[in-house]
Amino acid sequence: MIRIPSLRLGKPYESLSKTTLVHHVTGEPVAEVSQVTGSQIMRDISQMANARRELAAIPMKELLARVKEAAKIFLEDTLDCGDSSQSFDDYIRMLSSTTGSPMVFCRRNAAKVGYVMGNMDEILAGLTRGMDLSILDKGHGKQDGRTLCFYPTTDALGAILPSNSPGVHSLWVPAIALKIPLVIKPGREEPWTPFRLLMALKKAKIPASALNFLPTDHAGAADILRGCQRSLLFGDSTTTDPYKADHRVEIHGPGYSKVLLGADTSAHFERYLDLLVESVAANGGRSCINASAIYTHSHARELAEALGSRLARIQARAWDNTEAEVSAFANPDVADRISGMIDGLLATPGAEDVCQRIRGTPRVHKEGRCAWLLPSVVLCDSPEHPLANKEFLFPYVSIIQCPQEEMLARIGPSLVVSAITGDPEFTQQLLDSKLVERLNIGPISTVKLSWDQPHEGNLFSHLYRQRAFAEASL
Amino acid sequence: MSKYERNIGFNDYFSPAQWFDPKVTLESKVKLAKEQLDQHVRETVAWHFSPDTGTPFWLEKAKSYKFNPTKDVQSLEDLHLFGTFEDEWLRGGPVERWVPRGLEGNPVYVFETGGTTGLPKSRIVLDDYRIDYEMMSETLPDQHFPKGSNWLMLGPSGPRRLRLAIEHLAQHRGGMCFSIDLDPRWVVKLIKMRQIEMANLYKEHAIDQALAILAGGHDIKCMFTTPKLLAALDEALRSGKLEDKFRSFGRKVPVGGLRSIKAAGITGIFSGGTEFTPQFTREAYEEMLDSGEVYMTPTYGNTLMGLACSRPIGPHDGFKITYYAPQPRAATEVVEPKDYSKKVEYGQTGRVLLTTLTREFFVPRFPERDEGERELPYERYPWDGVSGVRTFSELAATTIVGVY
Repeated sequence: MIRIPSLRLGKPYESLSKTTLVHHVTGEPVAEVSQVTGSQIMRDISQMANARRELAAIPMKELLARVKEAAKIFLEDTLDCGDSSQSFDDYIRMLSSTTGSPMVFCRRNAAKVGYVMGNMDEILAGLTRGMDLSILDKGHGKQDGRTLCFYPTTDALGAILPSNSPGVHSLWVPAIALKIPLVIKPGREEPWTPFRLLMALKKAKIPASALNFLPTDHAGAADILRGCQRSLLFGDSTTTDPYKADHRVEIHGPGYSKVLLGADTSAHFERYLDLLVESVAANGGRSCINASAIYTHSHARELAEALGSRLARIQARAWDNTEAEVSAFANPDVADRISGMIDGLLATPGAEDVCQRIRGTPRVHKEGRCAWLLPSVVLCDSPEHPLANKEFLFPYVSIIQCPQEEMLARIGPSLVVSAITGDPEFTQQLLDSKLVERLNIGPISTVKLSWDQPHEGNLFSHLYRQRAFAEASL
Repeated sequence: MSKYERNIGFNDYFSPAQWFDPKVTLESKVKLAKEQLDQHVRETVAWHFSPDTGTPFWLEKAKSYKFNPTKDVQSLEDLHLFGTFEDEWLRGGPVERWVPRGLEGNPVYVFETGGTTGLPKSRIVLDDYRIDYEMMSETLPDQHFPKGSNWLMLGPSGPRRLRLAIEHLAQHRGGMCFSIDLDPRWVVKLIKMRQIEMANLYKEHAIDQALAILAGGHDIKCMFTTPKLLAALDEALRSGKLEDKFRSFGRKVPVGGLRSIKAAGITGIFSGGTEFTPQFTREAYEEMLDSGEVYMTPTYGNTLMGLACSRPIGPHDGFKITYYAPQPRAATEVVEPKDYSKKVEYGQTGRVLLTTLTREFFVPRFPERDEGERELPYERYPWDGVSGVRTFSELAATTIVGVY
């Protein structure tokens, strides 16, 4: 049994209150995670002004070098993990064992996070639109003859993290390179990646006081959001709704990402099947950038049948199978609940799970205490059907036939839209839309990211504000 | 007024010298305590079911019994004849039915418990709260709770026993008690409405009142508070709010500042609530109370029972909190949740079953809303204890903890 401590101002703290993590296959306890209280969190947050000063004192060039060094450590070194030590492979194994995400996904996503850290200058160039980063050393400077001055909006970035996919950690990790300390509440089943990242940063000589790993309960999470002037909050709408109006909290809820097939392409949907499969099912369909709906100008049924046939081939495979394509649910009841919800909504006339029919087996697949959800392709006869705009933690997509000219009025807020069209007028309408965070025009998968362009919020503008500045000699 | 004039009970339990006698073995203390408890059960039942002194509620109930309480109930175990006490009986009037005939004509307090929705539960009290807290006072170390020093009651106000009890404790020890306005029912309502920000503002309002008292020059050394309010006070002190208060009153901030509970002059804290986990206790000890320099004693109590004291807490036993009921005036048992007649084994988890046995109030076998582990008797309290008290898991999802 591994005992994962919390990290308070970078120092390991073993609490008397712990949660136990079990292996999703065997149910055997594999780790205990030290929990901290809300008042401990607030006490540590009160130290963040000092931590930020310590971090800010490191010149940008040096800081970037240390973060890049941390990337190497994260991907290669054996690091302390509570009372034991952990190689990268051990880490992947543990991550997979408690989350149910296959090792092959875990490895791919961890590599993504490592890439972001290892290419931090490129990432920051994307976030700051190419600003000379040394401006952050002094707080002001000149670039292209213009004065630039920025001040931090917070002494620490709070992050309430999910357990569904380790890829999300690439979103908060740049904060350290932006000289802002971290106050992290890991997802219940996924303490592994944030803990390893912070340990790697510590080993790379990032000041320990800036590295806070604080596993806690819901009330503790609320304390982090209350105590930090800027935070990232991951979760479903029940978790995130109370913070909708709080500008200090950047919400990462459901993505409702979509693929749109225009009037000029919908008849040739077969050409894009690979792209559609990838958009729906990559990473086990668990990311907010996975497509959860496809709007097509025509041929909806044919498209649903074709995509359903492709996705029906996906099988439940064990966590250590390199061919695994869907994640297991660490808590099998969750799979039953999700599937039950879909079946309940299918009772509303006008929708059919085409993929389930083609597969000929139920959506929920169980072996031992493990459960998987196999893909669903739900053909809806209208955008109003309750299953038309839903997102679940598995490869789920609704197919809706909708005239191109009505699409933008129907799709609702979407994190990623891949619009497969060559129609300049439709393209312009999409460019003008306020509903889309990341827009791909042409045959581009929704899951394809470009690291130099933030796709969901901009961490730099969350953590810094620009101000007018002038100085004169005495 | 002497203890006997106040009808404290059937014996004087204030100085259980035998508990401190090193020559008496634990085994014989346990035996003695059980004999004393059973005798107390007989006397209490005789009092509450006698036509002369009895309680109208119980006399009425007795008409439906197929047993004779005064003859058939000879020990704690025999109380099962009464079934379990239903706290619903305490909702609504006439509250006079709870006043024993033997105590008629004396001034009676009525205290409430719960009350966020519907009718609150009421309990009548004459002197019990004073007796309970005087007994508890004997367990407080004078070094940390100096006689004659003033107290701050940083807890709920209103129709609650606790507010008066703490004031009495302060007076009993020769001091005075300052208190704040705090309505926990409003806090629970705010949380139910998901008005978390408003609930936090209300907490700040409570703390602000406490800071004003601490800044008022009243030489306050002792305090009652709940875990949440203790943490909130600590947070306020650390951020310099007491120093700000001093300045706003035109008072000079002492050298060394006022940024901790110790620096604010507090030497002893008497605290209560099921939120007292070992981890919180450790945090308080290590991070709020200067590694135990400020003494804190957790207690477990409620309006029905009085209060149970804990064994001294600290790093020596992993900050485990074990409570012992004030036997024989009250007894707790840790029982199987599905069969209250069976005690769980020592160290095993069960539901807390509470029995109150005073001349003022008889509560046989009330299933508390808490669970915990059954603990062995020990020298100071030679009867069963309960540790790890927390909200009963079957009820936890529906219970809102406001400021307690």
